[in-house]
Amino acid sequence: MTHNIILRVISKFLIPPIIIFALYVQFHGDFGPGGGFQAGVIMSAAIILYALVFGLDAAEKFISLTILRILASLGVLIYAGVGIVTIFLGGNYLEYTVLGSTQIAGQHLGILLVELGVGISVFSVMLIIFFTFAGRGRP
Amino acid sequence: MIDAVINITLLAFLAITALAIVRMTNLFAIVMLFGIFSFLSAALFVVMDAVDVAFTEAAVGAGISTVLMIVTIALTKEQKEKHPTGHRPWLPLMVVMVTGAALVYGTLDIPAFGDPDAPAQTHVAPQYLERSMPETGIPNVVTSVLASYRGFDTLGEVVVVFTAGIAVLLLIGGRRAGARTRMNEREQDDT
Repeated sequence: MTHNIILRVISKFLIPPIIIFALYVQFHGDFGPGGGFQAGVIMSAAIILYALVFGLDAAEKFISLTILRILASLGVLIYAGVGIVTIFLGGNYLEYTVLGSTQIAGQHLGILLVELGVGISVFSVMLIIFFTFAGRGRP
Repeated sequence: MIDAVINITLLAFLAITALAIVRMTNLFAIVMLFGIFSFLSAALFVVMDAVDVAFTEAAVGAGISTVLMIVTIALTKEQKEKHPTGHRPWLPLMVVMVTGAALVYGTLDIPAFGDPDAPAQTHVAPQYLERSMPETGIPNVVTSVLASYRGFDTLGEVVVVFTAGIAVLLLIGGRRAGARTRMNEREQDDT
């Protein structure tokens, strides 16, 4: 598919808005539909589109499997780490209220961090699965 | 009125897609129809005002899983599947009809869609709706339930996703060359 000029041009136009939309879904999930799960999947869809049109090697140059493995663990670590931090600040596990000066501020910060962890983890796991499946066909 | 028309149209398309999937033998076309099926389901969720679920269904069901299935087909296309011969449709048909009838019978007890007296609306849902804004300051109740009230459940979900990634890496990732020689050795042992 790497020689199809229409696909190349159109996907170059499409990928930046997809990434912007993923970030919007990630950080606007408190107010509109969306959140970490959806944002992670949309973000990985942008990279998968890039890999489908420009080839797997080009996509792995952009983000390698090693980085993805670290990111997948990092996402879970952020989520679980927020819980540990709240314990050290004197609350229960994942009790975000103790994170901020007021209850609302603490909840906002906690939910933002937790959704970020979800987004990073889902994004990298989806790409790990895609890269591993697609990479097997390679000689 | 307009909702009913949209619902009936979408459900009819869903049924047609499902029948087409059953009747087809071309795996590539079936995967494409799976994607269309997911997309129609997402549209139905939008009509039911479940935008968050629709979002996930469109992104995961119609997007990622279609790509993954196509990649899998590309990997396995060398091995032709054998069509079962002498297969009788009557027993499976009976099982499916009885199960379907039981499910339809079960739906008769389900409260009407959007019924305010339904158990789902009277148990904890009003608590979430009333307390989400003053307690968390988040207008989207789905997010506040998912990330705050049920934060522990969501942590479990993320770990499930993470485990899926690890499982794929362990099963088919890693050292490709080494795995291939081992497979060749096993094939030689078999012969």
